[in-house]
Amino acid sequence: MSSTVNIPPQFEIVDRPLDTQMTISMGPQHPSTHGVLRLELVLDGEMVVKSTPDIGYLHTGMEKLFEYKKYQQGIVITDRMDYLNPLGNNLAYVMAVEKLLELEIPERAQTIRVLMCELQRIASHLVWLATHALDIGAMTVFFYCFREREKILNLIEAASGGRLTPSYFRIGGLMMDLPSGFERRVQQFQDGFLKSVEEFHTLLTGNRIFQKRTQGVGVISAEDAIDWGLSGPCLRGSGVNLDIRRANPYTGYEHYDFEVPTETDCDVWARYLVRMRELKESHKIVAQALGRLKPGPVKADDPKVVLPDREAMKTHMDALIHHFLIVAEGFDVPKGEVYHPIEASKGELGVYVKSDGGPKPARVHFRGPSFVNLSALPHMSEGAMVADIVAIIGSLDIVLGEIDR
Amino acid sequence: MTTGENKETLPQTTTNSDQRSTPSQLVTALQREHAGWISEVIEAHGEVTAIVPAPQIVDVCAALKAGADSRFDFLADLCGADRGVEEEPRFEVNYHLFSTSKHHRLRLKVLLNEAHVHVPTVTGVWRTANWHERETFDLFGVVFDGHPDLRRILLPDDWQGYSLRKDFPLRGYEPYSLK
Repeated sequence: MSSTVNIPPQFEIVDRPLDTQMTISMGPQHPSTHGVLRLELVLDGEMVVKSTPDIGYLHTGMEKLFEYKKYQQGIVITDRMDYLNPLGNNLAYVMAVEKLLELEIPERAQTIRVLMCELQRIASHLVWLATHALDIGAMTVFFYCFREREKILNLIEAASGGRLTPSYFRIGGLMMDLPSGFERRVQQFQDGFLKSVEEFHTLLTGNRIFQKRTQGVGVISAEDAIDWGLSGPCLRGSGVNLDIRRANPYTGYEHYDFEVPTETDCDVWARYLVRMRELKESHKIVAQALGRLKPGPVKADDPKVVLPDREAMKTHMDALIHHFLIVAEGFDVPKGEVYHPIEASKGELGVYVKSDGGPKPARVHFRGPSFVNLSALPHMSEGAMVADIVAIIGSLDIVLGEIDR
Repeated sequence: MTTGENKETLPQTTTNSDQRSTPSQLVTALQREHAGWISEVIEAHGEVTAIVPAPQIVDVCAALKAGADSRFDFLADLCGADRGVEEEPRFEVNYHLFSTSKHHRLRLKVLLNEAHVHVPTVTGVWRTANWHERETFDLFGVVFDGHPDLRRILLPDDWQGYSLRKDFPLRGYEPYSLK
C-alpha cells in the first residue's frame, strides 16, 4: 500500500517517553470541537503548554464558487457558512450588494429583517448555550434550549419555507412578505421566552460546578482581545463596549432601544453572562420590531433587480420580460468594491464584495467572526488544563462551516 | 503587544465629537506628512480606500494605529483579490481597519505585480493579522515577508497552486479534482 499524501513535519505526532511533554491530537472527531476542528496540544501532565488549531476540514471553496454564480444565486451559499445564523449571513451579503447597487430598501422590509435577525440571534445563542453546557457536563440544559430553538425554527420556516437554510433576504428586500398570523405566533413565543431564560439561569448560573468550570478560565484582557480581533460577545466579555449595531448602525438599528451587555471578568464565565443577557436584549428588540411593523412593500422599487410579483408577471408584459431577464441573465452591478460589517450572533461578520461590472461578482470574501475568534485560542489556552480547553472552545461559540468556508 | 499605549485605546462609548476627523481627512493628512506613503485616496459608496505602496504598508498601519485622531486599533479584515490574469498589477491585498473608540473604518489597498507577490507582514501591528495573512497566502500565493508562521491554513499542505487565482479551474486539478 503506497501512501501518496506526505504528512508534513508539524503534524507528525511525536511521542517522547523520556520527555515530560506529550503531543496529542484533539479532534477532528472530538465531540467538543463543534464540528471538525483539530487541535494539536502540547501537554505537560494535564497542563497545556501550547495549542495549535488545525482547520480546513470543511473547506469547500465557497468564495471561489461565488465568482461563478450570479449575485442572487450567492445568497444560498451564505446560508451554509454559519449554519446557526443563516439569516445574519444573508443580511450581510445582500446589504453589501445593495450598497454597490445603491438600492433603497422599504421600511417594512428593514423592520422584518431586524425582527428575523434577532430571532435568529436567539436561536444561535440557544445552540451555543446548549452545547457549551453539554461540553461542561450539564446535559439537561440542552433539551430546554432546543425546545425553545424549535419554536424559532418553526417561525423561520413559516416565513421562508426553510428551517436551517432560509435564504429569506433577497437583494432589494425579502423573498416575500410574512405569512398571515405571523405576528401572533411571534408574540406567543415572546410570551413564554423570558420564563425559559429564567429556567436556564436556575440550571446553570447558580450551579457551583458550572461556576468552578468557567470562572478564571480562558482569560483574555481587553487590550489583547482587540489586538487579536475578537468581536461580539467574546469582546464584550472582556469589558469592551462595542456592538456594530450601535457603532455603525445598519438596517434601522439606530431606532431600537437596547443595551449592549458587557462584563469585565474576561473569562469564560463573563462571556456566558454576556450571551445570557443578550438573549433578553434580543427579546426586547423583537418586541419593538413587532410594534414597528406597518403595512407596506417589502421589495425595493427597481424592476431591473427585484423579481416582479407573481400576479404582475402574469398580467404585464414588461414584468414578464424583467422576470425572464433577471432569472436568465442576472442584473449588472456597477464596478466598485464595498465592505459591509454587521453584528452577527458571534461577532463582526464582514462581507467584502468587488464588482467588475456584469452579473457575477469578481470577488466575495467573508470575514467570519468564528475564524478570527478561534485564532485567539492558543493565546487563551496557554497554561490551562486539558478540560478547560473544552470550556474555552465552547465560550468562543465557533461554527466550523464559517471558519473553513 | 508592541507598545504600552494600548491602554489608552480602550473604548469609551463616545458618539459625540463633531470636530473629529473623517477617515479621508486622516489619510490625506498622512499623505501630506509623508510623501510616498499613500499614492491615491478613493472615496466611493461611503467608504474610503487608500492605496499604499507595498514597502510602506507597515509604517502606514502603525501610524494609523498610534495616531490620536485615527486610533485604528482593530484590524477587521485582511483579504486578497485577483484582478484578472491580464491585469498588471494583478493582485491586491485589502486591509479593513476599524477603530474601537472612534468607530470609523478605512480600507488600505496594496497592489502587487505578478512577478513579485511579496508584501511585509502586519502581524507586528495587529496579531489578528496572523491567520488572515495565512489565508491570503494559502488562496492567492501572496507571500507576507516576516510572517512568524506562514503556511497553508485551509487547504492541505501538499496542495498545488493557489485556488482563488482566476486561472485556477473551479473544479481543481488532479488528484483533488471533482471530475
